[in-house]
Amino acid sequence: MSKIINPRDKKADNTLDISSPLQRRSFIKYAGAGAALSALILSGCNDDDDGKFNGVVYQPPTPPPNPNEIPAVNLGSGDTGILNYAYALEQLEAAFYDMLVKSTTFNTTFTNATERAVLTDIRDHEVAHRDFFKSVLGNAAIPALTPDFSLVNMADRNVVLMAARTFEDVGVAAYNGAGKLLTMATNLALAGKIVSVEARHAAEIREMLKQNTFAARGGASPKPGDENIINDKGLDLALMPNEVLALAKPFIKNDINASSLPTS
Amino acid sequence: MNIFNIFSEIEKVDPEVYERFDSRRQVFKHMSGFGKKLAAAAVPVAFGAVFNKAYGQTSNNADIIAILNFALTAELTDSTYYSKVLDANSPNLPAEFKTGLTIIRDNELGHVETLKKAIQDLGGTPVVIAESRLDYTAGGKINDPFADYPTILALGQAFEDTGIRAYKGQAPKPAIMANDAILQTALQIHSAEARHAAYFRRLRGDGQNLENNKPWITLKDRGNLPEFTQPIYDGEETTTQATVNIANLVSANAASEAFDEPLEMPQVIAILNNFFKEGEKLPG
Repeated sequence: MSKIINPRDKKADNTLDISSPLQRRSFIKYAGAGAALSALILSGCNDDDDGKFNGVVYQPPTPPPNPNEIPAVNLGSGDTGILNYAYALEQLEAAFYDMLVKSTTFNTTFTNATERAVLTDIRDHEVAHRDFFKSVLGNAAIPALTPDFSLVNMADRNVVLMAARTFEDVGVAAYNGAGKLLTMATNLALAGKIVSVEARHAAEIREMLKQNTFAARGGASPKPGDENIINDKGLDLALMPNEVLALAKPFIKNDINASSLPTS
Repeated sequence: MNIFNIFSEIEKVDPEVYERFDSRRQVFKHMSGFGKKLAAAAVPVAFGAVFNKAYGQTSNNADIIAILNFALTAELTDSTYYSKVLDANSPNLPAEFKTGLTIIRDNELGHVETLKKAIQDLGGTPVVIAESRLDYTAGGKINDPFADYPTILALGQAFEDTGIRAYKGQAPKPAIMANDAILQTALQIHSAEARHAAYFRRLRGDGQNLENNKPWITLKDRGNLPEFTQPIYDGEETTTQATVNIANLVSANAASEAFDEPLEMPQVIAILNNFFKEGEKLPG
């Protein structure tokens, strides 16, 4: 068996003065040395090849969370699952508008001050929705998602408004389709308070893009992304969670598991 | 127990048993969700849930019909107004607005037909509102409701903002929540009304130096509408939702704009009654 070097002994050998503040650089150097020593111990000691180290089963240390690893997210079940589903969509919308209004090209992409004010208002509304859901869900809330808007050129007015149009129309359709999946009247009432504001956004974004498309009629069954979004009975879109999440997938890095959501 | 036998037995006394469910296949889709996974002893419980969804609704039909007739009353009040404006064909109206108003009027007529059919399918009788009962001058408070462009935009905003609050108040009622198809249709109408409202509000904000009249409702600001319309906006200033103080998250203005508020049936009827003649007003 190789000689065991205990990092604690090493620390004692070091002329580190614990009474003086630990300099950042020296701490990193020290921690690095410790890690290297640990590796040396582990590689050098397990000669007997019995899976044990001095008779103790080796337990690999829990790796620190990797910031590049995007966790999968399970929305959960029942009303909580539906509220988490809404929370996921509001996170996406809030992140989109926040990125837009903070982008360095916002003033040059949207030269009209009223349009900038409208988009800033919408950002604030979506932040309010997002933070509201986070607050009411409490411990049951899904974590913060990692959005991906690399498909959207924030410096192209038309591209931005087309993306916003889809987010708003799909947001409306999501609430319209999920209402029947809720069991508590208070939750449906809250969803109702939000969905009409999303529909106001959708109409405004559509008018910024093209006049008189706010509620233009598109036959028996218009689809998300269509210019004419209202059906020939005057009804807005309604979509189920699996349809909505498929549309949202290109904009969210996390895998979202909706398998426990109610389906009727 | 043999669940297939149960359907056969029920069919002897209720030949329409299968139609009470979305379809025969749909029932077994529901069953597979929980029946398969449950112990045999628990199956009757799950089975009962399926039956409640089909049979529990019949006792609520009278309540649903009353709510749908209330919605139909509001839709008829709006759609009759828009049709009269379009028929007047005033030269004061920009051509692109006539196009937009035609979209809105057609959507409202779609809502009227959808509601009528739903009421009839439930065994009810759709209300009829005779045009002679209506008065779009609101008892002389509005001068030129069919030809003056700013007045038409203002009335359109008032009707649509009211309609949104009316549907929002009724959707969570037990009778509506018990019927998935009716609830979803009501929500699909509700968000279309919100699109209409945003359109009228945008045209007023952009074209009439009413920059504070945004597509969304700020606090309880009625945006220069006549004073009698204030009940359409009272309560919209709320900034606390389910005990969460939204004004701690964003500005108070944004907190009020981000959530639209419901109105109960009597409040909506009182607003609509501004447009019904004396002696012809809606009860309630």
